[in-house]
Amino acid sequence: MPAADTAVGGGPGNGAAVALRGIVKRFGDTVANDGVDFTLAPGTIHALLGENGAGKTTLMRVLYGLTAADEGEIRVDGARADIRAPRDAIRHGIGMVTQHFSLVEPMTVAENVMLGAEGGFRLDAAAARARVQDASERAGITVHPDARVGALSVGERQRVEIVKALSRDARVLILDEPTAVLVPQQIELLFEALRRLREQGLAVVFISHKLREVTAISDEVTVLRRGQVAGVARTSDVDERELARMMIGRPTMGVQRDAVHAGGEPVLRVDGLEAEDSRGLPAVRGVSFEVRAGEILGVAGVSGNGQTELAEVLSGLREASGGSVQVDGEPGRIPEDRRASVVGELSVAYNLVLEQLDEFRRGPMLDERAIRRRADELIERFDIRARPNDAVQGLSGGNMQKVLLARVLAREPRALVVSQPTQGLDVGATEYVRSQLLAQRERGAGILLISEDLEELLALSDRLVVMYEGELVGEFGAAEVDVAEVGALMAGLRR
Amino acid sequence: MIRLQQRAAAPRGFLVAMPVAAVVVTFVLTAGIVVAAGANPVDAYRQFLITPLQSQFSLLEVLVSMTPVLFTGLAVAFAFRAGYWNIGAEGQLLSGAIAAAWIGQHVEGVPRGLVIPAAVALGAVAGALWALTPALLRIRFGIDEVVTTLLLNPVALLLVSALLNGPWRDPVTKFPESPRIAASAELPQLVDRSRLHLGFALGLALALLLWFVTTRTATGVRLRAVGLSPRGARFARIPVERTLLLAALVSGAIAGLAGVSEVMGIQYRLTEGISPGYGYTGVVVATLGGLSMIGAAVAAFFLGLVNVGAGTASRVLDVPSQLGEIITASLLLVAVALILFRRYRLVWR
Repeated sequence: MPAADTAVGGGPGNGAAVALRGIVKRFGDTVANDGVDFTLAPGTIHALLGENGAGKTTLMRVLYGLTAADEGEIRVDGARADIRAPRDAIRHGIGMVTQHFSLVEPMTVAENVMLGAEGGFRLDAAAARARVQDASERAGITVHPDARVGALSVGERQRVEIVKALSRDARVLILDEPTAVLVPQQIELLFEALRRLREQGLAVVFISHKLREVTAISDEVTVLRRGQVAGVARTSDVDERELARMMIGRPTMGVQRDAVHAGGEPVLRVDGLEAEDSRGLPAVRGVSFEVRAGEILGVAGVSGNGQTELAEVLSGLREASGGSVQVDGEPGRIPEDRRASVVGELSVAYNLVLEQLDEFRRGPMLDERAIRRRADELIERFDIRARPNDAVQGLSGGNMQKVLLARVLAREPRALVVSQPTQGLDVGATEYVRSQLLAQRERGAGILLISEDLEELLALSDRLVVMYEGELVGEFGAAEVDVAEVGALMAGLRR
Repeated sequence: MIRLQQRAAAPRGFLVAMPVAAVVVTFVLTAGIVVAAGANPVDAYRQFLITPLQSQFSLLEVLVSMTPVLFTGLAVAFAFRAGYWNIGAEGQLLSGAIAAAWIGQHVEGVPRGLVIPAAVALGAVAGALWALTPALLRIRFGIDEVVTTLLLNPVALLLVSALLNGPWRDPVTKFPESPRIAASAELPQLVDRSRLHLGFALGLALALLLWFVTTRTATGVRLRAVGLSPRGARFARIPVERTLLLAALVSGAIAGLAGVSEVMGIQYRLTEGISPGYGYTGVVVATLGGLSMIGAAVAAFFLGLVNVGAGTASRVLDVPSQLGEIITASLLLVAVALILFRRYRLVWR
C-alpha cells in the first residue's frame, strides 16, 4: 500500500512510523475520540496533551489494541495495520506503559519480561535476563533483572515496564501520564532515558496534561480537546500559554492566595500522633501541629512518608496507635484516592448525600425529591458536569472530585483535611479546586493540605511543614519559604 | 471472533425478554432428548410451562412449591446486596425448622394466635443465630464467609439427624421423624382443600417489605453502598461492619422462616428431607432475580412452575421423570447464563 498520507500540522506525514486516521471511539453517548488524526515520526518525542477526558488515553489504547475504534484506520510505516489486541501492536513494534502497571508482583523483573514474550514452549531465563540487561543499557536506566517487582517502588516499576516494552523490540513507546507517579528527580531521569531512546530512532508518545513537562521534553505536540484535535505543532514554535489556550480553549490564570493569614482559633490540634501502616510498621511518628481557623497548613513530602496514614487517621479511616487529635466539629475530608472514596455504581445524587442520608428522610422513607433538589443545587453550585442520576463511576476525575468537594463543602466544616486534591486533574479542574479551597479559607475554615505538588503548596499555604519518614522535619511561614531548603528536607538530606 | 462488551445500563425489557429467551434456548437444546424419550417436544413444553397455570389445583401447587425458595431467595438476595456472601441459607433454614418443630411439640392447647407469631419469631432468631458466628468471624478477623457459611450447612443437617435419631424419634412409628406438631401450631390453609398455607402470604409480605427497605429507605442505600464499595461507604461514614452484621442476621432470619414455613405449613413435623437443597436453590433464585426482591419473587414463581410442570409432564406423557429434571436443570443453567446479558453484550468482530 502506498504511503500517501498528507502531512498534518508540523508532523511529517511520509515515513511516519505510525499514523492514525479519522479515529472515532464512542462509549455509549459520549464520544471519546471524534475523528482524530495523529502522526508520529521516528526519532521524535511526541506529546499528546489535553485535559482529563479529552481522549488522549483512549486514542493510545486504540493504537495499542486495548480498545477497538468504531471508525478510522491505523497505519504503521505507511501500510494499514490490523491491530485488535496488544499482541498485534507488539508485533508492529508498538509498546505501551499504561497508568496502571501490568506486572506480577511476586515475580522478578526478568520473569515479568519473559511473561507474554513470543516464542517457544521452553523458558530461557538466561536469555530473558540478557534482554533486560540489554534493554536497560539502551535506555540508560538501571533495572536489576533478579529484583522482585513487589519490592520495587512505583518509579522503579515504571522502569520495568519501559524495559519490558523495549525488550520486545518496541520502535514506538507510548507512556500514559508517566510523571504522575514520579518525584522531580525521577522525572529528570525518565526524561534522560527518553532522550536516549529518541537518539536511537525510537518514536515516543508522551501523554500528559502538564504543560511544563510537555515543553521540556517533546519535539512535537498534538493537543486534544473534547475528543478532537485542537492543534498540532512543533513544540519549539509554541509557548505554554498558547498550548494552554489550545488545551482548554481559554487563557489560564494562576490561583494564588492573597496576603498570608495568621489564623484564628485552632480548629484541628494534633498532639504526638502515632500510626501504623497496613503492614503494621510505624508510619506516623510523634506528629504534632495545629491548624487555625482561616489558614491553610501545607504538608509537603515525597509520597510514602506517612502522609497517607496521617490523612487516614484524621479522616477516621485508620486507628491511631498513640497521641491525640482534637477537631472542632466533624472534619470535612477530601480523600487522596477519590475513585475509591465514592460509591461508583451509585448515582451522583446519592453520592452527594451519602454522609447525611438521615437528613433526607420523610418518616421511614428516603425523600427522593429532597435528594434530587439538593443534587440539582450542588451540581449547579459546584459546576459538576453530570446529571443527578448518572453513575459516579462514569465521571471524569475532575467531576468526581467536584462531587466529593460538594458533599464536604456544603456542610461548611470548621476543619478540612485535604489530600492530593488536584492530583491527576486537568488545568481547569485544578484551578477550580484550588479556588474552592481558598474560598473555604476566606470563610474561616482551617485547612490541612497534604500535597506532593510543591507548587500547589506554595501557592495556597499560609504555613508549610515537611513530612519525612513519618515525622515533621521543618516548618516555614509562607513569607520565608526557601524552596531549596524544603526540597532538601523532603529528600531527607537535612534533619 | 465473539467477544463480550460491557453495557452502560441493563437493556430495556430485559426482565421480560430473558425468561422467554431462556425457554426458547432450553427448548432447542433439549428437543433432541425429548424426542429420544418418545415424546413430542411441543407437547412436552406445553405440559411443562402452560398446563400448570391452567387449573386452579396445579396453580396453587406452583405457589406451594415456590414458598420455601421465595424465603431462601430473599434471604440470599438481601445478604448479597450488602456484599455479604451468605451461602448458608440451607443451614439457617434447618435451624429455623428445628425451632419450629420444638415449639410445635410444646404448645398443645395454646391458641393459634399466640403460637404462630411465637414460632415465626423463634424461627427467625434461630436462623439468625446460625448465621451469627460466620458473620462475626468475617467482621472481626476477615475470614471468608463463603467457606464458613457453606460448611455450617452439613453441621445443621447432622444436628437434625441427631435429633431425629435420638430424642425426637417418633415414638409411634419409630421413623426418624419428630412427633407431629400440635394442631394449634399448624399454619392455616389459605384456600380450602389445597396445601397453600399462610407461609406463602408471609413470604409475599416479606418480599414487599424487603423491597421497600432496600429501595426506599436510607438503610437500603447504605446496604447497597457497602455492597458496591466498602471503602467508599466507609469514607462516607457508613458503619460498614454494623451494616454487614445486619445483612447477615436478617438474611439468616429470613432463611430460618423458610424452615418454619415448611415444618408448620407442609410437613407438620421435622424430617431429614425437610429441605431438598432449598437453601442452595435460594442462591439461584437471588441470582435469577438480579438481587432485587421483586425479581427474587418472580424467579421463585418461575422455579415453582418448572418444578410442578416437570412432575405433570412426565406423568401425562409417560416419559421418565428424570426427563423433567434434565429440562429443569438445563433451564436453570441457560437462565443463569443469560443473566450475563444484563451487563454485557456480544459483539462479533
